[in-house]
Amino acid sequence: MSWDRNQMAARAAQELQDGYYVNLGIGIPTLVANHIPEGVEVTLQSENGMLGIGPFPYEDEIDADLINAGKQTISELTSSSYFGSADSFAMIRGGHIDLTVLGAMEVAQNGDIANWMIPGKMIKGMGGAMDLVAGVKKIIVVMDHCAKDGSPKFIPICTLPLTGINVVDMIITDLAVFHRTDHDSPFKLIELALGVTAEQVAAKTTADFLI
Amino acid sequence: MKKIYPDAATALDGLLFDGMHLCVGGFGLCGIPERLIDALQEAGVKNLTIASNNAGIDNEGLGKLLRSRQVKKMISSYVGENKEFERQFLSGELEVEFCPQGTLAERCRAGGAGIPGFYTKTGVGTQVAEGKEVKSFDGEDYILERGIFADLCLIKGWKADKAGNLVFRKTARNFNAPMATAGKICVAEVEEIIEVGELDPDAIHLPSIYVKRLIDGSPYDKKIEFRMTREREDAA
Repeated sequence: MSWDRNQMAARAAQELQDGYYVNLGIGIPTLVANHIPEGVEVTLQSENGMLGIGPFPYEDEIDADLINAGKQTISELTSSSYFGSADSFAMIRGGHIDLTVLGAMEVAQNGDIANWMIPGKMIKGMGGAMDLVAGVKKIIVVMDHCAKDGSPKFIPICTLPLTGINVVDMIITDLAVFHRTDHDSPFKLIELALGVTAEQVAAKTTADFLI
Repeated sequence: MKKIYPDAATALDGLLFDGMHLCVGGFGLCGIPERLIDALQEAGVKNLTIASNNAGIDNEGLGKLLRSRQVKKMISSYVGENKEFERQFLSGELEVEFCPQGTLAERCRAGGAGIPGFYTKTGVGTQVAEGKEVKSFDGEDYILERGIFADLCLIKGWKADKAGNLVFRKTARNFNAPMATAGKICVAEVEEIIEVGELDPDAIHLPSIYVKRLIDGSPYDKKIEFRMTREREDAA
């Protein structure tokens, strides 16, 4: 057994606290918005220049001038605000965003993250990821535990070009959750997906971690 | 002082030269100065270095200038969804400087404010830091990034008055705001030009000093990259 995309997103959503300003990455992280716990109010930031992201619009409300950072059409809330890219990243780089949830291709045991390029193959660019990991207070990575070829993604040292060094606070995979209390501590396995054992996780992980 | 020009080609008259540096606003296809980009293509100016968050998509936005081989170098943060870009980059025909999105925005803001460089944590320890000065402040490392000050900035706004005061609409503001300031001259295209006095002076996003030339580019048929919707629940 393991968690599916929605269960991973729901697990990440448990880290949200009332009053948080949050930036969600593209893919599974975007799904976190569907699992915000009852009684918790968070404001979602979109780095293309918006605070207070609303749900996808109704067909007759679609507006080409209103998109999220994944370039998907969205809607606004009565509490929303708009701003330019420099202000948006001043929020991010200035440490004003409480939490970000990002995908990753690799995370190292020291908290390094690689999620923007595969040399010679994928050349899309880092977008806002390097700014987010450098400036946001808490960094959560949500990713499959292993790559498509079965190789571990939580590893001793990243092999791909880095997005940031020693920045990740929590890793949520389809098998388990790892957390560390500060950037000098090692990651600890704190939770297992239903039916998954610590031995199974260890067998699919090359990074050192505490149990 | 007349800022209003009849069309994009006239608005760019006398400003273009081969090898020039440009800042072009927009995020994806949202808020891109499409009339001015078309005019650049028609003018045939070559060997351009363009700072823009994205490079358009195939045959839309800056994708058109890539296809016509007018671009020597892009300074961008994200260039996905663009096959021609990928082809030219992988074959070595196109130079690319990947720049983190926040660093790109701040480089424009700084350049436009007369600040030639600044230190940031973004990119420390990554490829982005290669060849850049590292300086420690209060025990943390930062890298030196340069401000951008282009020969010409092209932006898209929503409305402007005849003096050049301008407002953006929703998330189409994005890079248009900092890039309007980041060069010797900024040419803006808007959806509507209105009379002076019709905009609330307290609600102007871009003061007229930055807008040197202005065109009404309407009508616009704005493109959407990923069209997402939800169903109405009360359909019964």
